[in-house]
Amino acid sequence: MATLEVDGRRIEAEVGEMLIAATDRAGIYIPRFCYHEKLSVAANCRMCLVEVGHAPEPLPPLTGAQPKPQPCKRDQLRLAPKPLPACATPVTDNMVVFTRSKLAREAQQGTLEFLLINHPLDCPVCDQGGECPLQDQAMGYGNDDSRYREVKRSVASYDIGPLVATEMTRCIHCTRCVRFGEEIAGVMELGFPGRGEAAHIATFLNRSVDSEVSGNIIDLCPVGALTSKPCRFAARAWELESHRGISPHDCVGANLNIQTLRGRVERVVPRDNPQVNECWLADRDRYSYEAVNSDSRLSAPMVKDNGQWKETDWETALQRTADGIKAAIAAAGADGFGALAGYTSTLEEYFLLQKLVRALGANHIDHRLQQSDFRDDAAAPVFPASELPIERFSGVPAALLVGSNIRKEQPLLALRLRAAARHGARIGIINPLDYAQNFDAETLAPGAAGLAAAVAALAVQVAKAGGAAMPGEIKQWADLAPASQPGAEYDAAHRLAAHLIKAGGDGVVILGVLAQQHPQASAIKAIAQWVCEAAGSRLAILPPGNSAAAWWAGCVPHRGPGGQAAAGRPGRHVAGMLAEPRRAYLLLDNDPVLDGIDGRAALEALNRAEFVAHITAYRNGAAAECADVLLPMAAFTESAGIFLNCEGRVQRAEAAARPLFEARPAWKILRVLGNFLDLPGFDYVSLDQVNADIPHFEGPPTARLGTGTIPARPDQRDADSGADLCRLLDLPIYRGDSTVRNAPALQRTADNPPPAAHVNHDSVARLGLADGDPVLVKNGAGSARLPLRADPRVPPGCVYVPAGHAQTAPLGGHGRVSVEKAS
Amino acid sequence: MGIDIKQWYKTFTLKELRKGMWVTGRRLFSRKMTIMYPQEKTPKSPRFRGLHALRRYPNGEERCIACKLCEAVCPALAITIDSEERADGTRRTTRYDIDLFKCIYCGFCEEACPVDSIVLTDIHEFHMEEDRERWIGKQRLLEIGDQYEAEIAAARKADAPYR
Repeated sequence: MATLEVDGRRIEAEVGEMLIAATDRAGIYIPRFCYHEKLSVAANCRMCLVEVGHAPEPLPPLTGAQPKPQPCKRDQLRLAPKPLPACATPVTDNMVVFTRSKLAREAQQGTLEFLLINHPLDCPVCDQGGECPLQDQAMGYGNDDSRYREVKRSVASYDIGPLVATEMTRCIHCTRCVRFGEEIAGVMELGFPGRGEAAHIATFLNRSVDSEVSGNIIDLCPVGALTSKPCRFAARAWELESHRGISPHDCVGANLNIQTLRGRVERVVPRDNPQVNECWLADRDRYSYEAVNSDSRLSAPMVKDNGQWKETDWETALQRTADGIKAAIAAAGADGFGALAGYTSTLEEYFLLQKLVRALGANHIDHRLQQSDFRDDAAAPVFPASELPIERFSGVPAALLVGSNIRKEQPLLALRLRAAARHGARIGIINPLDYAQNFDAETLAPGAAGLAAAVAALAVQVAKAGGAAMPGEIKQWADLAPASQPGAEYDAAHRLAAHLIKAGGDGVVILGVLAQQHPQASAIKAIAQWVCEAAGSRLAILPPGNSAAAWWAGCVPHRGPGGQAAAGRPGRHVAGMLAEPRRAYLLLDNDPVLDGIDGRAALEALNRAEFVAHITAYRNGAAAECADVLLPMAAFTESAGIFLNCEGRVQRAEAAARPLFEARPAWKILRVLGNFLDLPGFDYVSLDQVNADIPHFEGPPTARLGTGTIPARPDQRDADSGADLCRLLDLPIYRGDSTVRNAPALQRTADNPPPAAHVNHDSVARLGLADGDPVLVKNGAGSARLPLRADPRVPPGCVYVPAGHAQTAPLGGHGRVSVEKAS
Repeated sequence: MGIDIKQWYKTFTLKELRKGMWVTGRRLFSRKMTIMYPQEKTPKSPRFRGLHALRRYPNGEERCIACKLCEAVCPALAITIDSEERADGTRRTTRYDIDLFKCIYCGFCEEACPVDSIVLTDIHEFHMEEDRERWIGKQRLLEIGDQYEAEIAAARKADAPYR
């Protein structure tokens, strides 16, 4: 600890930390443009110049009882000959700093005058106006008139994508955006070419900025050079009202400030929470609000009469829904009715849905549209969770990612893993597809042999390195993996195993969405859990969306609220409900055809059902076509509720705006539907009353299965029938739920390409086709006509066809497909 | 309370009455100042603050850039603006409503405007017959500006030396 004096105030700071960090903590303001606490120090704006001296005798350390210390006298100090930048001056003991002395003021005013020389005076049309550090500091440190009479510099702006608008003449060359890409996001899309007058911020070869966290450069830009394109010119900073929201799109639960103008959501910006999202947001969290104002919002309850959609009132629509459900139950008993939730609802909505289904005497309720293996349900933890707090992802020494495209699934966790990797963390990845990540990692086995076999092969290495006894089932699974090369003791898996064991409780094994989607998910989970136990690592299961809340609320067939075993006859999970269609379905904010991985089964089940009621905010989508009643629900910005993130953090979102048109919050719809069905206990008048009925979760959560048994390997491998390829699939980042699918700007990004059949170059050659040729991807019951893409990420013998598109839904889920030239 | 001698004196000598009659009597012989409104009108200062208008540049382009400073400065919250990016990429209003009942004609909007778009003309003779007419929108404001541009410009010019 060092004691220093700033403007006559005694403060304490660590020796070697930057002066500006110490003054920020003490609440002493020093102007700045290029300094940002999350980025490296560039010291190129020179706005934070201060006068620094050294006290002749040691300053007494701060103690509570001390009388107010006498400030040092200037003439006794050894002063630096020139002002120094506070952001690049390390704190030393007995330092004396003047932030507002004559020299410091003049230096700051001079810097600002030079910055303003080339800055346009277009504040009235600039979206940054009103929240602009340059504007504020020009008020504090600028002159009221310019002495500059010459021609101002101007820089051409260019299109860097659908999310960020550029106005490069306004740029003051702080390089925050460049440093963000280089250090935080891990993709250096913006650079700073040229020198002197010609220096400018640009993308390489005029490419677009395609990072999944690109929106953060808008917040970082201290001027209006980078602004949000979707809300361009829509509102001024001072007229926006902020509301506390939570992002529903991933299991991080990023904290949002949802900003409205006269009741219309105009913008979403991050709300600082060092334990969750720090000051960042993924683009998916930041721009999905656009869907709320889109034309595809369902405006009124609708019923289908003789195949024709008709708008109606709530009373009629709810009565029709209740009648449809009652008719199904009358005809086939409680088994005739099933309810499906999505991944983006709130805890209260999940709770009311399961309460409604269970009050009708059935357990046919589920939300796991992206899961295909349900064998370990009975032993599953109360909800899929991360045993490692989110905050500590930034500091893991070793991590193993299994079936996780973490960069697109939980972009903010990928940023934390990147921070860990920059500090030397060893990260290994086992993925079916060789997804590009934004941190240094070793790809252990791009899963041609299957994820479970690859994890088992790593488990073998962990057993070897740690000397643990390994169950025979793991050996069986590991036999599937390709035989290790000679000298395999020194290969990547072996190294990672050693690092995981060394890291112990700080290391983490992460099971991503792809692992949970996998047909052998239960084996993957069990083997990964064995790895955790053998290496002493933590286990993190990162589910899509608000799945943790769905589990906790009881939106799974075998568990009620709080993880208690469900009473009554066992219910069917998603796959079961779709394979044996119910007579009536109630869909809560989900489109099983597009949100799930088996679109074909969902489409068939919904088409064969006699009655489908769809509670949704949007009227497009495949499920809405099959429905008989559409009930408009409030979008995520319009409804309050609780989100439970993967570390078990309970976060409350507030409603930022009134629901548009006739829409109502989903919990109210479910509550009134309960009344229409004459069910007891549906007389809630407030969300707090609903909450009071839901057990309170007390952390920390566990991700472990109740039993340690590892499912045996299936006896024979899938029959390799010549031309057949193994289909790999995922839900691309901007296809995962109806909100992002209806957000226009996100749909135009490079992360949302049209669907294609991706195979590697060898397979393209073997098929005798060329990149871009139309092909017919077929399996037993369905086919899809798609362009062929040569994609080096895809392992041999596989074809990657993304789910989440209407064109690829007929192919169903995992399995083997054939690819042939389309006529 | 004693007897107020001054009050007695005023009461019995009819001093106040005679004072009033003196004013009346004096006016009987002075020059008549009646203005035959609306046939005759008094001259108005170029700073007169009457009905609002939105001006255009000489090339016909509207001046307003939807910066919303007038909306922010308006003490009566009489102005409501919606903005968007026009097809040519410029910042423009899609709605510019003024509630003439709320407006207190303080002229702050004109002071705040960086492009001299919103102005208060010297029109003070206007009326409404129905409640909804108190809202004047962008179209009407631009029409007023187009119609009285010569007067508006002349008034600004006359006042310029004192600004």
